[in-house]
Amino acid sequence: MIEIKDLHAKVEGKPILKGLSLSIKPGEVHAIMGPNGSGKSTLSAVLAGRSDYEVTSGTVTFFGEDLFAMSVEERACAGLMLAFQYPVEIPGVKNVYLLKAALNAQRKARGEPEIEAPAFMKLVREKLQFMKIDNSFLHRAVNEGFSGGEKKRNEILQMLILEPKLVLLDEIDSGLDIDALKVVAEGVNSLRDAGRSFLMITHYQRLLDYIEPDFVHVLNDGQIIKTGDKSLALELEDRGYDWVVEETA
Amino acid sequence: MKHYAQAFDAFNKNAEDGWLKSQRIAAFARFEHLGFPTPSVEYWKYTDTKALAKREFKLATGYDQQAAAELLKAKGLKLDAHRLVFVDGLLSSELSNLEGLQDAVVIEPLSQALATELELTSGMMGRLAGIDVDVFTALNFAFVSEGVVVRVGANQKVNKPLLVTYLSTATEEVMSHPRILIAAGASSELQLIEHFIGADEAKNFTNRVVEGVMERNAKIHHTLLQQPSDKEWWVGRIQIEQKRDSRYTSHQMNLGGKLVRDDLVCDLNGEGAECDFSGLLFGRNRQHLDIHTLVNHNAPLTNSYETYKTILNDRSQGVFNSKVIVKKDSQKIHAVQNNANLLLSDQAQINAKPELEIYADDVKCAHGATTGQLDMDALFYLMARGIGEEEARGLLTLAFANEVIDKLELPEIYNLVETTVAGQLPHKIELELTQ
Ligand SMILES: Nc1ncnc2c1ncn2[C@@H]1O[C@H](COP(=O)(O)OP(=O)(O)OP(=O)(O)O)[C@@H](O)[C@H]1O
Ligand SMILES: [Mg+2]
Repeated sequence: MIEIKDLHAKVEGKPILKGLSLSIKPGEVHAIMGPNGSGKSTLSAVLAGRSDYEVTSGTVTFFGEDLFAMSVEERACAGLMLAFQYPVEIPGVKNVYLLKAALNAQRKARGEPEIEAPAFMKLVREKLQFMKIDNSFLHRAVNEGFSGGEKKRNEILQMLILEPKLVLLDEIDSGLDIDALKVVAEGVNSLRDAGRSFLMITHYQRLLDYIEPDFVHVLNDGQIIKTGDKSLALELEDRGYDWVVEETA
Repeated sequence: MKHYAQAFDAFNKNAEDGWLKSQRIAAFARFEHLGFPTPSVEYWKYTDTKALAKREFKLATGYDQQAAAELLKAKGLKLDAHRLVFVDGLLSSELSNLEGLQDAVVIEPLSQALATELELTSGMMGRLAGIDVDVFTALNFAFVSEGVVVRVGANQKVNKPLLVTYLSTATEEVMSHPRILIAAGASSELQLIEHFIGADEAKNFTNRVVEGVMERNAKIHHTLLQQPSDKEWWVGRIQIEQKRDSRYTSHQMNLGGKLVRDDLVCDLNGEGAECDFSGLLFGRNRQHLDIHTLVNHNAPLTNSYETYKTILNDRSQGVFNSKVIVKKDSQKIHAVQNNANLLLSDQAQINAKPELEIYADDVKCAHGATTGQLDMDALFYLMARGIGEEEARGLLTLAFANEVIDKLELPEIYNLVETTVAGQLPHKIELELTQ
């Protein structure tokens, strides 16, 4: 699905990703853990196409296509979705607007007709219910005045409606209470299938109890320094990162 | 200036001797004395009229009826309204319709009112917008011949909106000086919509004045929708006098023109009087859009609210100046001035200045002006959901303008403004229906 090879990237002239390689196949769930500032969000931003991150070398192919040759919206339309660590507030733009505009843009890119209003509303109401979000939410501005947990739920709601192929979840668990974490995890699990993949960035093993990963990677100083299965997460929770860093030094 | 003198002579020479003729002469003398404002005039500091002064506009003597009808059909508002249509300053009886007015409501062309009810009309004209107010107001008076007179009797709510449409056609460069006179009786209610429509290649100069006196508890909802061509000049003045408990609301949607300048002045002269202004300046290319407002709190317990937004693209320039003056014994005043500006290009420029002059002590005033660009994080967020850049920019631009365009109650006007601001949003109406 996605093939990242020897990726180097800079932010404001400072190298952050320093030769990162990662391959994700359809149906797989990968988790990335790593100390603060190690480059996890940078990786997700580079993949989503933020222009303030400069890719200096390396390649990324997404379904065989050169990801860096695609614009931000083309990546999204091709099925890549980043659930943001800090979803932005957009005053004046209602959620229902965003959802409809995004869904129709993606359908259009696939050569499908725009969704009819009643079908759209039905779909949205269904997903709202699943995510335990009140209907009034639709007419509120995107993330404006939302609590941290509500913002994260909103990211998952968008995911459920847009049904991306590859979802990058950047600390989707941070700021969530236990109930919200369960709802979010159920949302993610409901979409898991053989054709869809997830890359979860997290600091806590707890998320992985709810969403079981196939692989766990440790990112440190811009490189993946260790890969294991979910038992690696347990070990990291127990022992921290130092031993991994030492082991690979 | 010389061609104005020639045009004026030709215009006024054959007028019947009397009040109007002599008033025009005085007005023209005033205009000649003052001349076009230079940037050293405080109120015109940021709006240069040099290029305007150079043009040699004529008064229209006729117009192409079919072209006018087509322009109206293509761009006019489809509203159930009392209608008066002016083409290059001339009344079009064919396109106007004033049937079905209530008995106690008079709406008539100014030319007719001057011919049949000179005494009444002359009492209304220049009372608030006299020749000393401003050079353009003097110029308007000098050439005054057409416009609208509205007299709403006490307790009358005018049964339909009054839609005044100015069509500006693309022939030679013409000028027009329409004037609207309003007398709103006690507890009356009027909705006035002025719609300026310029043909694509029109290069005309419109210098319009509105004067309105509002008696106790009268209400006026005034919408000015301006869609001149990129080559047109507009100078406008609205002067309103408000008595006790009257309420005036103004929505100004300034969507273009080469140079567009508006002055809006309210005198709150009676307790409980309130005015509420909102507006949008939407500039592109090299347009220059300017709005000046002035609220005089001349009585205690008066309120004024202002919300203006400016969106400037390309090399357009905006000027926003709002002034609130609270007189010495005007206690318990509430005045709010809000102004937010969005610059969509590095070359666009705004001069924004809210001003307060307060000579009373029990006053609640708030003012603020902000200027910024589109939020790049928000733009990225929308695009990361698959929305194309242009549509995403449109959504955000519209979101910025929403606070003022949401105040437009008539869907015909709302939709027109919305599609102009963000032409990329075809789903809006459908979405509203599915709520
Ligand atoms: N826009 C930016 N401008 C400047 N520096 C940045 C920017 N974005 C990231 N950085 C820097 O890049 C480094 C990596 O940041 P990144 O956000 O990728 O870390 P992270 O692994 O996601 O950390 P966390 O666990 O705290 O979320 C940090 O040192 C950070 O300060
Ligand atoms: Mg991060």
